[in-house]
Amino acid sequence: MQAFDYVRANSIAEAVMALSDPSTRCLAGGTNLVDLMKGDVEAPRRLVDITRLPLADVALAPDGGLRIGALVRNSDLANHRAVRERYPLLSRALLAGASPQLRNMATVGGNLMQRTRCYYFTDVAFGACNKRRPGSGCAAREGYNRIHAILGASPQCVATHPSDMCVALAALDGAVELRSAKGVRTVSLASFHRLPGTTPNRDTNVASDELITAVLLPPPRFGARVDYLKIRDRTSYAFALVSVAAGIAITDGRVTDARVVLGGVAHKPWRAEAAERTLVGSPLSADAIRAAADAAVAGAEPLRDNAFKVELARRAVARALRNAGAVA
Amino acid sequence: MRNPDDHAGSDLPSGRREATPTTPDAANGAANELSDAGSARRRFIVGSGALTGGIAAARYATAAPAPRTGATSTGVAGTRPVALSVNARDYVVAIEPRVTLLDALRESLGLTGTKKGCDRGQCGACTVLVNGRRVNSCLTLAMSCEGDKITTVEGLGDGEALHAMQQAFITNDGFQCGYCTPGQLCSAVALMSELRAGDASAVTRDIAKTGPADVSDDELRERMSGNICRCGAYAGIVAALRQVIDHG
Repeated sequence: MQAFDYVRANSIAEAVMALSDPSTRCLAGGTNLVDLMKGDVEAPRRLVDITRLPLADVALAPDGGLRIGALVRNSDLANHRAVRERYPLLSRALLAGASPQLRNMATVGGNLMQRTRCYYFTDVAFGACNKRRPGSGCAAREGYNRIHAILGASPQCVATHPSDMCVALAALDGAVELRSAKGVRTVSLASFHRLPGTTPNRDTNVASDELITAVLLPPPRFGARVDYLKIRDRTSYAFALVSVAAGIAITDGRVTDARVVLGGVAHKPWRAEAAERTLVGSPLSADAIRAAADAAVAGAEPLRDNAFKVELARRAVARALRNAGAVA
Repeated sequence: MRNPDDHAGSDLPSGRREATPTTPDAANGAANELSDAGSARRRFIVGSGALTGGIAAARYATAAPAPRTGATSTGVAGTRPVALSVNARDYVVAIEPRVTLLDALRESLGLTGTKKGCDRGQCGACTVLVNGRRVNSCLTLAMSCEGDKITTVEGLGDGEALHAMQQAFITNDGFQCGYCTPGQLCSAVALMSELRAGDASAVTRDIAKTGPADVSDDELRERMSGNICRCGAYAGIVAALRQVIDHG
């Protein structure tokens, strides 16, 4: 690990001021950043420890939604009564990630900012990684790419976003509140993370001087008709090969609203809007589910080692929809 | 070790002062089962730790009240005195910002019960309790722990008396080589509080139903999945947890 300077922020204003220096990074749970610093993938010159800032509350919003402080730990969010009762999809996704120890450390803000687990990114022994060293190439595209993207990738990068939480937040139409010296702005989950394009070094649309202060959720629309299905190489403590967050609203026997978001398949949580459109207006029949699953993976471009993900994603979408629809 | 700061701070530079482990060693890695040679090796490791990492700490390892630090800058690569509260004792260690809690415990304080496995958050050997919650000390910066209450495997028992979980691991063969055991124990102790709090897990059937948590074997395995045991003592570990749940 490279040497760095450490400061502890005593107020949000202090943290925002510290971030005006572009070589400064926020330290919250540290589960991803410290790991990457150990591998010299990240080498910030200064860390501002934000763990003591008053951003660790979950509060009901006036509109019936939820305001989740950026420093709420993953375990606390998953077990918050309002989340378990009203946003079970979010609890499920959080509990599917990492280990109890890591969930006790990891924060909402850090989870949003976590970086890909592409082996060619996390190991500096590989020279070619456009995400780590812009312009150096992509070792994964011609390398061992079993865990990589099947949707939305670019010639420059085939990495996937590793988060479970973000997949659920996207299905719940969440938004992220950001603060900088210039003021406060809100970005939807859908536009928070980026596709790689020609600048895969940028994971998100957050500027380096912005502090994540909260995640905002609108009132829940799907009740208990939700499912988070995670498929991985072992049944615990592993990243998703494919995951699906599904939510369905049914009135008078017909689907009136749906969300289908996939994890592990793209550079960001992948909202399958074509699948959602297929579902709305019809009963949740086996045929409708099959059509939605086909639509979810339409246009997939598998690499040499990850063609299995296309069929896996198709079946995972179908199963998640069946699970969500089976709830009374 | 009852007086870890003694190891770090006294009898240097020889560093050969014998460790007198008052927390039974079964809890710290089954050293009771070791031969004399094994015990000697362990003492050597403790002494070496004090030599390699404890020198800077020697001057600072005191029970003095911790100074508050605010947003004081360290300066790149500089060391700074950092106050740590470990097992209900207060220490001040001089460390760089990049020193993890794991390294501060082992190298600066001589508390070598906490083990370094992968050092990258993938195995759980380094698990300790911070303010009663289990965390990976390998991914925690020591400097960020000022003001926190840290408990390591050395602090689980009460003096000579083993913690019920430590005794249950011995009774149920919850270890073989013992290297992952301190992390397993800290994790298991925290797990019990999580069950009492009604926390859910990935295998909890009805997530919306709050109240006391289900304690099926599937639940216990999922809740211990952050601690890898290369010897494969998982059956004994689940049995140990079961015994503590059933009999306290």
